[in-house]
Amino acid sequence: MWSAIIFLVFAFVAVVAAINLVVQTHPISSALSLIGVMGSLAVLYLLLGAEFIAAAQLVVYAGAIMVLFVFVIMLLNAGAENAKPIGSRAKYFGLPLLIAFLGIMSFVVQAVIPGGNNVVFGEYHAGPRDVGKALFTDYLLPFEVVSVLILIAIIGAIVLARKEID
Amino acid sequence: MNGVPLSWYLILSTVLFALGIAGFLYRRNIITMFMSIELMLNAVNLTFVAFSYKLRQVDGHIFTFFVMVVAAAEAAVGLAIILTVFKNRQTLEIDEVSSMKY
Amino acid sequence: MNFLIVSLIKAGVVAFVLMTTLAYLQWIERKVIAHIQLRVGPYRVGPHGLLQPLADVIKLITKEGFIPSHVNLFFYMLAPFLAVTLSLISISVIPFGPEIEVAGVKTWLQLTDLNIGVLFVLGISSVGVYGVALAGWASNNKYSLLGGLRSSAQMISYELPLALTVAAPLLMLNTLSFREIVNGQAGYLGGWLARWTIFQLPFPQIFLGFPLFLICSFAETNRVPFDLPEAENELVAGFHTEYSSMKFASFFMAEYANMVTVTCVATLLFLGGWTPPFPAPYSNVIPIVLFAIGGLAALYAGINPARPKDRFTLPVAGLVFLGLAAAFAASHLVPALETVLMALFWFCGKVLALLFLFIWIRGTLPRFRYDQLMRFAWTFMFPMAMLNLLVTSIMVALFPKP
Repeated sequence: MWSAIIFLVFAFVAVVAAINLVVQTHPISSALSLIGVMGSLAVLYLLLGAEFIAAAQLVVYAGAIMVLFVFVIMLLNAGAENAKPIGSRAKYFGLPLLIAFLGIMSFVVQAVIPGGNNVVFGEYHAGPRDVGKALFTDYLLPFEVVSVLILIAIIGAIVLARKEID
Repeated sequence: MNGVPLSWYLILSTVLFALGIAGFLYRRNIITMFMSIELMLNAVNLTFVAFSYKLRQVDGHIFTFFVMVVAAAEAAVGLAIILTVFKNRQTLEIDEVSSMKY
Repeated sequence: MNFLIVSLIKAGVVAFVLMTTLAYLQWIERKVIAHIQLRVGPYRVGPHGLLQPLADVIKLITKEGFIPSHVNLFFYMLAPFLAVTLSLISISVIPFGPEIEVAGVKTWLQLTDLNIGVLFVLGISSVGVYGVALAGWASNNKYSLLGGLRSSAQMISYELPLALTVAAPLLMLNTLSFREIVNGQAGYLGGWLARWTIFQLPFPQIFLGFPLFLICSFAETNRVPFDLPEAENELVAGFHTEYSSMKFASFFMAEYANMVTVTCVATLLFLGGWTPPFPAPYSNVIPIVLFAIGGLAALYAGINPARPKDRFTLPVAGLVFLGLAAAFAASHLVPALETVLMALFWFCGKVLALLFLFIWIRGTLPRFRYDQLMRFAWTFMFPMAMLNLLVTSIMVALFPKP
């Protein structure tokens, strides 16, 4: 019962924050809403027994990537977006179509997954030990490739964003 | 009720993904569009972890880890590109970065 | 239900003790820095300034909390709240002592034990950067923005060597939960030296790991010598320039709470938590001896004091210390109480020693310039932390634990 309540609360927070991200005009409000989404998703990962992924979400996503976003927004001094008047097509077709699409998708998803597949907190948990074991035995090659990818990204970011010394 | 049906997690992931797409198509600020992409990636992560729970395997977690790493690399390079665009065009509206249009 | 009541009681006790500690930590800092600088420090408000924190709290609460114009109000209010909340949350996974049994209820002296305790603390300190960055940006002030950006850049630069340095004892101890970390440091090498991580073979962390962790924690908590972003005479107090009264007190509390958290983590990871440095029957004598010496010294100094007020306060302090020594000696009769008291004494003693080191360095060293600070992080700390991790992993692989 408690896990259902926690799920509903944090799912609600995640959806509200996501809507806030789309609706807000100032980029920094959108950035903070995205951090709210990531925080609620970290709690949902904990409910699904993914301890390492929840911690990695906080450390990597909410603590490093979003800090990078917030830095760039503060450095560029990005002001609030000029509100573009919504065309009538988007207003009268877009929102109802979105809701209809979501309704159909939810029905399809719920019909495909058989009932009785309840997520019970504590039945399965994969801590850092299990993730590490799989990462360094079965998935060693992708791991090394991804580290080279990060090196390339670092060098690319430095080259693109440095000051030209004339 | 003992626990939460798995389909609820997948529905939440669908909703977040759809909101990410809506943000990407509707907003005109480059940084906000970029953040909508990150929202879509997070929704996909939730799907991976939910299915990893269902199949009682750790492979979903590994995929999530790789998605996070790729998102980090993409954020770094993408923000560097945004900085360069801002330096050259002094604007962050994507409609004004259209000088190569026909 | 039982678990809920016990947890609420523990949370209440920890919150109360933490708030008092934060207030008196400021008193200790002012006294120690004053004595380093050959002056006295707070002296008038209570006996030797002991009521000074109370006076400061009353002052901060009753000050006018003005809000500058054109600030982004939501973020302006959110930033101190975020800073304080996040720095206090980390305390919830720190164990202060072993398992005790009180009135038939067995419980650890810890609010909650997570399997990923160390990762949780690292994650909370990563998210704690936002308090500073938002405070700087929301203040509508160039100096605050620069101070906030510099401070958050410094914090995220030093998070990487911090995480790498934390990984080395974890390799030796093989677990991420704080309880298991302290249990892995029980026992004695050769029967007399404690198996703390700094002394533990295969690679004693005292050479590289512990000093690196301390340096990174100075930078993480924005303390001297890394406190350029919030220095009073540099950037007009940096990111908390535009904050007054309770909001400023929140940032202050957040900084001290961060200091306490980081010293507690250092004690747990490197100094063995609540285990004494040598085996039990001999180490139980130490608190009694220390408090007795302190009490006798205070009583002796009270015979012919330099200032007339001390004729009364120093003998009282001496009697208090002697009473504590007697309490520790008397607890020998009740073994359960003795384990708790000794564990708390060693843990708090180590934490206070590290906090004294923090305060000592604040009174002694000048501060780094910002580019020196960043260069130090990326060209020295990061390679040394990687070297530490590399050597530790090689030694652990060559000499695995049986």
